[in-house]
Amino acid sequence: MKVEQISVFLENKAGRLAEVTRVLGEAGVNIRALSLADTTDFGILRLIVDKYDHAREVLKGKGFTVGKTEVVAVEVPDHPGGLASVLQILAKAGINVEYMYAFVQHSGKNAVIIFRFDNLDDAIKILQQEGIYIYKGEEVYRL
Amino acid sequence: MIRDVKSETMPRADLEELQLKRLQAVVERVYYLVPFYRRRMDELGVKPENIRSLADLKRLPFTTKQDLRDHYPFGMFATPMDQIVRIHASSGTTGKSTPVAYTQRDLDTWAELMARTLAAGGVHRGDIVHVAYGYGLFTGGLGAHYGAERLGAAVIPVSGGQTRRQITIIQDFGATALCCTPSFALHLAEVGREMGVDFKNTRLRVGIFGAEPWSEPMRQEIESRLSLDALDIYGLSEILGPGVAIECLEAKKGLHFNEDHFLPEIVDPATLEPAPPGEVGELIITTLTKEALPLLRYRTRDITSLDTAPCKCGRTLGRIHRLMGRSDDMLIIRGVNVFPSQIETILVETPGVAPHYQLIVDRQGVLDTLEVQVEVDEAGFSDEVKKLESLAKGIERQIKDYLSVSVKVRLVEPRSIPRSEGKAQRVIDRRKI
Repeated sequence: MKVEQISVFLENKAGRLAEVTRVLGEAGVNIRALSLADTTDFGILRLIVDKYDHAREVLKGKGFTVGKTEVVAVEVPDHPGGLASVLQILAKAGINVEYMYAFVQHSGKNAVIIFRFDNLDDAIKILQQEGIYIYKGEEVYRL
Repeated sequence: MIRDVKSETMPRADLEELQLKRLQAVVERVYYLVPFYRRRMDELGVKPENIRSLADLKRLPFTTKQDLRDHYPFGMFATPMDQIVRIHASSGTTGKSTPVAYTQRDLDTWAELMARTLAAGGVHRGDIVHVAYGYGLFTGGLGAHYGAERLGAAVIPVSGGQTRRQITIIQDFGATALCCTPSFALHLAEVGREMGVDFKNTRLRVGIFGAEPWSEPMRQEIESRLSLDALDIYGLSEILGPGVAIECLEAKKGLHFNEDHFLPEIVDPATLEPAPPGEVGELIITTLTKEALPLLRYRTRDITSLDTAPCKCGRTLGRIHRLMGRSDDMLIIRGVNVFPSQIETILVETPGVAPHYQLIVDRQGVLDTLEVQVEVDEAGFSDEVKKLESLAKGIERQIKDYLSVSVKVRLVEPRSIPRSEGKAQRVIDRRKI
């Protein structure tokens, strides 16, 4: 149920982001989803890729600071109110969302949203109890 | 105005005779009372009776900041604690301060030399002296304070901070003299402008500014904005505090060294040999009259030159050129001494950052800024912004706690700080003073 996300530390300098994507591109890694959190001084790039270990190795080889975080890919009905209902379930159970971002999805009636929770296991349990579909890691990398 | 005409205008020959007598006395004192000097002199094969002329000064051992640190806290004191009535401290390079001590006589001498200093700026009984140097372990505040009091002037012990309030006090209490760092003086000018204050309408006549280097252009700036005469003062707590050398109002060209109490030498910082007269080199100071912490040939690391030609003010005390830099890596940020190694110690002990850093020193407006750029390391990397921010803020807090200076910490990517073959260039100083 857990998805491996790569996070990369980026200084707020022109070209850093382009460099990361170039390196991954040359290594044949496909980016499935990404989000960029920014502050005045630095950014944190979060990526879901199709080949986690290879991507990590390649980025580290180029000197990037790379971290691994486990996140959850949640299926959300693709209509107004879809996301709100999922967030309602989490709020009622007192589960805190650290961050979230949407997945690049080109088929189906559902959106896929990546969530980071401070308590992953509880979140997965609650969502599944309410009938929300949680994607398995391997499914996500192949989407 | 000259406070002590006899001492300040003594013919050079008489001054040198006085210096020799006092030098012989202090060498004898430290040889018998300070184990460090006993050891050093024995190693060099020098005895107190070998000091027969001022030329014999160079046979004596040097003293460095490291020596003071090695004898932390009180190993270099020459008097027992029951004769010591004051202890101050200045920053040390490894996070531990360097304590200095004074007997009652030392305090009297200090006050007298600071009174000379203020008198050189035309301050007299009846004047009101606004002291905005920090009061506390730092010698600036209390040094200026007791000097003004000794002179018979009225002291306002404002210390640092609360700029707006200070400006109101300057206006309302009618201060005629100002003592603070030159950058704070400019800061007062700026805030004053925001408040709509024209310093021409205050009673300020003169300012005695020190604790950090400042240039001629900066003097002009301060004089025009605050409408006063701006004079430079030199001092260091290991030797005394403020009051070791002072500029005169008449010439404003070099700082008169209180040579009857402190014997100056200029040496080549690389070879430690005496520099030719008038040449630039490292300032070495021997205290001639201090009791609690007498020092022989103390390496100040300040670079300057000494001019013993007569000055138009009438003083015969030699003048050092305004300070032009240091022969070590110490920084002065808003009047606070900061050694890069102190910051390095904090960074090395902080998990999450690598020991690769650079200090960028700049000036925003008139106040110094220090940015600490340090590389993130993988162990500490979190994918949450707030965790990285709290890492940076944590380091800022530690630096503030240990060094009393506020800095900005910027996390940078690994390998982005240039590596070097030899000594890493840790500091980039963009200030143009």
